[in-house]
Amino acid sequence: MSAPRVRAGRERPAGGFELYSWYFFRISGLLLIFLAITHVVIMHVINTVDEIDWNFVADRWGSPFWRAFDWLMLFLALLHGLNGARLAIDDYVRSRGWRVFAHSVLWSAAVIFLVIGSIAVLTFNPEAFQAASSAMGS
Amino acid sequence: MTTETVPPGRDTAVASTRGFVAYRGYRPPAGMLSWALHRITGLGVLLFLLLHIVDIFLVGYGPETFNKLLFLYRHPVFRMGEIILVAGLYYHAANGVRIILIDFWDRAAQYERQLFYAVIAVFLAGFIPTAVLMVRAMLT
Repeated sequence: MSAPRVRAGRERPAGGFELYSWYFFRISGLLLIFLAITHVVIMHVINTVDEIDWNFVADRWGSPFWRAFDWLMLFLALLHGLNGARLAIDDYVRSRGWRVFAHSVLWSAAVIFLVIGSIAVLTFNPEAFQAASSAMGS
Repeated sequence: MTTETVPPGRDTAVASTRGFVAYRGYRPPAGMLSWALHRITGLGVLLFLLLHIVDIFLVGYGPETFNKLLFLYRHPVFRMGEIILVAGLYYHAANGVRIILIDFWDRAAQYERQLFYAVIAVFLAGFIPTAVLMVRAMLT
């Protein structure tokens, strides 16, 4: 007589959106370990907020590699973080009205912050300001 | 019968104790502690991320606007917050690996407490050198 095999790990969602969310958490998490810790070491240990200013950012975003790095990190971190906030809302916000409100705020924040973050990383053009400042300086 | 029997008097003793005293001697299981820390650090890092997206958006408004704002991040209170942020991020990363291990490796659930101690060890091994370097940069 053999006992039925019981999955030892934790429950995972049966399917649908929650299962995609579950996989997204784990895959984005693994990528973010690499992206965010690299970012922390470069921005907070090798350099510090004493050295970082507008010129530093302009210089860094002169490279398409760092723009792609920063945009990927923005995208993954924002969705990973807001997905975590979504689970927290599901856990703590009980009444129907407040749930509608909390989820509306959450998804609006996702769209707004993704848009302004992408505008910042992708449309930045340092030459516009360098031309302006050299014209003012002369 | 599988119903647990509660010793007489125990219920009333618990009910009459309120506040922090009720938790005296209580040792939370590793899974509960790691879960609570994971949620708190996650929401904390998210809060900073939202602030950080707003400040980086201002880079597009030129050097005067952006550099004027930087006094905020150079303030000692924010420098301390920066170290707390790194602590939260490192814990969240280390514990995230533990969660993934438990989810995909059947036998990991048997070593849950040991894995939690490993998370603390990995966290300290990463955080202590980082914090030392950050504090040293602050002081010089």
